[in-house]
Amino acid sequence: MNKRIVIDPITRIEGHLRVEVEVDASNVIQKAWVSSTLWRGIEVIVKNRSPLDVGLMVQRICGVCTYSHYRCSTEAIENALGLNIPINAQYIRSLMMTALHLHDHIIHFYHLHGLDWIDIISALSADPAKAAQVAMKYSDTPILCGEGDLRQVQKRIKGLTDTGKLGPFANGYWGNKTYKFSPEQNLIALSHYLKALEVQRVAAQMLAIFGGKSPHPQSIVVGGITSVRDILSPARLQEWKQKLDEVGHFIENAYYPDLLMVADAFKNEPSVLGGLNIKNFLCTDEFLLSKGKYLFTQGVVKNGDLSKVFDLNPDDIREDVTHSWYSADAPQHPYEGTTIPEYTGFIERETLNGKLPTLNEDGKYSWIKSPRYQGEAFEVGPLATLVVNYARGNELIVQEVDTFLSKAGLPMSALLTTLGRTVARMLETVINLRESEKTFNALVSNIEVDESTYIEPFIDPTKIYEGYKMIEAPRGMLSHWIRIKDGKVENYQAVVPTTWNAGPTDENGRIGPYEASLIGIKLEDPSKPLEVLRIIHSFDPCMSCSVHVMDYNKQSLGAFKVNTAI
Amino acid sequence: METHKALFQQGQHRLDKLKQLAPRAGDSLLEKMSAKGINRRDFMKWSAVVTSMLALPNPFTSLVAQAAEIADRVPLIWLHLAECTGCTESLLRADTPSIDTLIFDHVSLEYHETLMVASGFQAEENLQNALEKYKGKYLLAVEGGVPTADNGSFLTLGPHGETGLSRVQKAAKDAVAIIAVGTCASFGGIQAAAPNPTGTKGVQEVVKQPVINLGGCPPNERNIVGTLMYYIMFGKLPPLDMFNRPKWAYGSRVHDDCERRGHFDSGEFVEEFGSQEAKDGHCLYKMGCKGPYTYNNCPTERFNGHTSWPVLAGHGCIGCSEPDFWDAMSDFEKPLSRRLLTGLDSTADTIGAVILGAAVVGIGAHAIATFFVKPVDY
Repeated sequence: MNKRIVIDPITRIEGHLRVEVEVDASNVIQKAWVSSTLWRGIEVIVKNRSPLDVGLMVQRICGVCTYSHYRCSTEAIENALGLNIPINAQYIRSLMMTALHLHDHIIHFYHLHGLDWIDIISALSADPAKAAQVAMKYSDTPILCGEGDLRQVQKRIKGLTDTGKLGPFANGYWGNKTYKFSPEQNLIALSHYLKALEVQRVAAQMLAIFGGKSPHPQSIVVGGITSVRDILSPARLQEWKQKLDEVGHFIENAYYPDLLMVADAFKNEPSVLGGLNIKNFLCTDEFLLSKGKYLFTQGVVKNGDLSKVFDLNPDDIREDVTHSWYSADAPQHPYEGTTIPEYTGFIERETLNGKLPTLNEDGKYSWIKSPRYQGEAFEVGPLATLVVNYARGNELIVQEVDTFLSKAGLPMSALLTTLGRTVARMLETVINLRESEKTFNALVSNIEVDESTYIEPFIDPTKIYEGYKMIEAPRGMLSHWIRIKDGKVENYQAVVPTTWNAGPTDENGRIGPYEASLIGIKLEDPSKPLEVLRIIHSFDPCMSCSVHVMDYNKQSLGAFKVNTAI
Repeated sequence: METHKALFQQGQHRLDKLKQLAPRAGDSLLEKMSAKGINRRDFMKWSAVVTSMLALPNPFTSLVAQAAEIADRVPLIWLHLAECTGCTESLLRADTPSIDTLIFDHVSLEYHETLMVASGFQAEENLQNALEKYKGKYLLAVEGGVPTADNGSFLTLGPHGETGLSRVQKAAKDAVAIIAVGTCASFGGIQAAAPNPTGTKGVQEVVKQPVINLGGCPPNERNIVGTLMYYIMFGKLPPLDMFNRPKWAYGSRVHDDCERRGHFDSGEFVEEFGSQEAKDGHCLYKMGCKGPYTYNNCPTERFNGHTSWPVLAGHGCIGCSEPDFWDAMSDFEKPLSRRLLTGLDSTADTIGAVILGAAVVGIGAHAIATFFVKPVDY
């Protein structure tokens, strides 16, 4: 007899996420459903406003990957207006993107995902002297892993556990058999968990140097950037560089070796070696290194076949709302599309925890829609970026991936797993970190001859404009689409990374990456579903993004007239 | 001074009582600081800064220090409603390793969905336990607005699919004080912008208890910590403005303390981004800066450990700590006066807008005058 398990809230994410799974008698997941339980209606709100205000508004879709929506929106409008902004502004936007990725990925691995890998209670029984030796196995120059450092960490945690009041650590899944670190490895990772809290603040300051603040920077405008004083100040540029080095030091000597340690400890744990049942990947160009040259290139890989890479064709994107809480009874043109909420609620049924309101998989069950590319579900995110660029034979990426796999003693196939998804995010971070110096140098040398940062946009109220932009946000490929009429926003749409990954089943019964990733996973203890959290967290969910600003259903995007290729 | 003396005694009396409560497990604040290389002297300096920020005279510094040390006696429950998690991020991004952030390490954080380990039933259990165990004693912080349309069904939380509306009303009932963190929780925020499809409201509109509003998108972390300190010291709400924002943080306009104020007074304005005037740091009023109508301490506190703030980054203030700013302050790249002078704001029904209107006429006149007396090019 199958049992239904409800997990709500999934914590340590952005937003509100519910997961339900059905397990068989031996606790293997047979079916899974993922739902976002909040709708905010920002798509309706931005209509009829000035295009110049939209970037600031849609930025409030998300405070975690803040800036992604701001930039994507601004560039979609620039695309619509046919504006070619000064190269200085492009470099600055790219450097801000780097700062955001570094920040976001550090926070994700340590503070959101970390405690799926680290058992803090186990760290208490570690021998700090031995742990200091263990740390040397993964790095010649480990950070905060001296015997004394580790003893300090242990003392801090012991103080917390002694009286049994654990605060945010209370009621975790400590002792679960799928935690594979030794006590010493747990202690090392915990030391970095604490250090990462400080380091991420520095990464956020990098974004604030050119952005005014973080989250929700305020220096991007249609036509360029406003932080011209910061860019022309040698001291400010130096400040950026110095903070990059500081964050980089942590990434190279803690984040990278910690993933080697994860690979070492978990390489025989079945629940992290699955978790990837849809081997379709999409990504777009990101991180401008010099005029027209990007660190990562757009592309499509299907069915895990790395021998072929296709160019991404935006016309082939569709969205489905069969199981989403929206009504769309007739096909609609994107520009005349509507977003009409149709909430049908939960249905009562027996679960592992008694009778509960549950998702109605036969009807509608999520505020997320389901994007499809050529009719298929695709995964987006750092893993997709690496897979596509590896398949393209991008030398740098091939070398970094191969080096890591050989150090970790893992086969290529290990990349296409939950473990691989978490490793890929780190590798993307490392590659971005090392290459961002090129962007920085390109900016500095360009400033010497050209100080321009802005070109004034002109919106003719008698004209209709259409445009879009695709960028690689921390969680994957993000696109914004806009139509401007009478000088106002007539329609606004976004296709968001977490929507690609977390959307519900479509009209043809095809399931998305989140739901597919859970099927076939055996749970150690269904009342404490740590495996589910670990797999879902490996995608880095961002729910308020996913319940987004898409406005059409099953419509061709071919009607979009775009000025330039992506 | 007599009233200050009474307030001091009141604070001391309250702190003495709080000290008798059991501390949360773990290191004391002083131990945590010493592990971070922060000494007693730095701590007293910080206390003095917070004291002056709270608009209290210097002798209160010792109370602030005591309050910080015993912050772990006060349980804090943090709810996430219709939001983007930016306010939580703001907290996490505070100064490198500052005392402000240590305080957050230090408070007894009983429920916080972004940071807590437990999920699902275990998370729900933590919440119910805290609500029960600390009944009448916990501080409630709310991040995000409250969707109210269709009985609140645009947001459900937890295994029982409870609406955000129901959850915040229940949690408010036995809270000793309620802090609305950010503009969404205070006034509804972005999702409450016209036409507000989910009927989102600020917390104060759906609960019976008084709410302290910390406007800002996101608010500065120090304003959150300061509010906490004030509550711990005196056990009551700080002096509030007409929108229930603490006066010590929202008492003056961004314009009043702006680093570009001198340029405003001299009639030196930026009229295009990227121009020579922009490079020279002239006033952004004509680029739509809403500093003259916005009450907040951004110019003095800045963001991300004093790294920057929007005006330093060359963009005008958008008025993000004010009620309904998404509607009332747009277009963000145009001076507000243009709208007010054409009478479009006559429908604004908040007292703030009326008062702003009066200010606008004066400021508008000032700026318009300078259109004709631009500095000579040389």
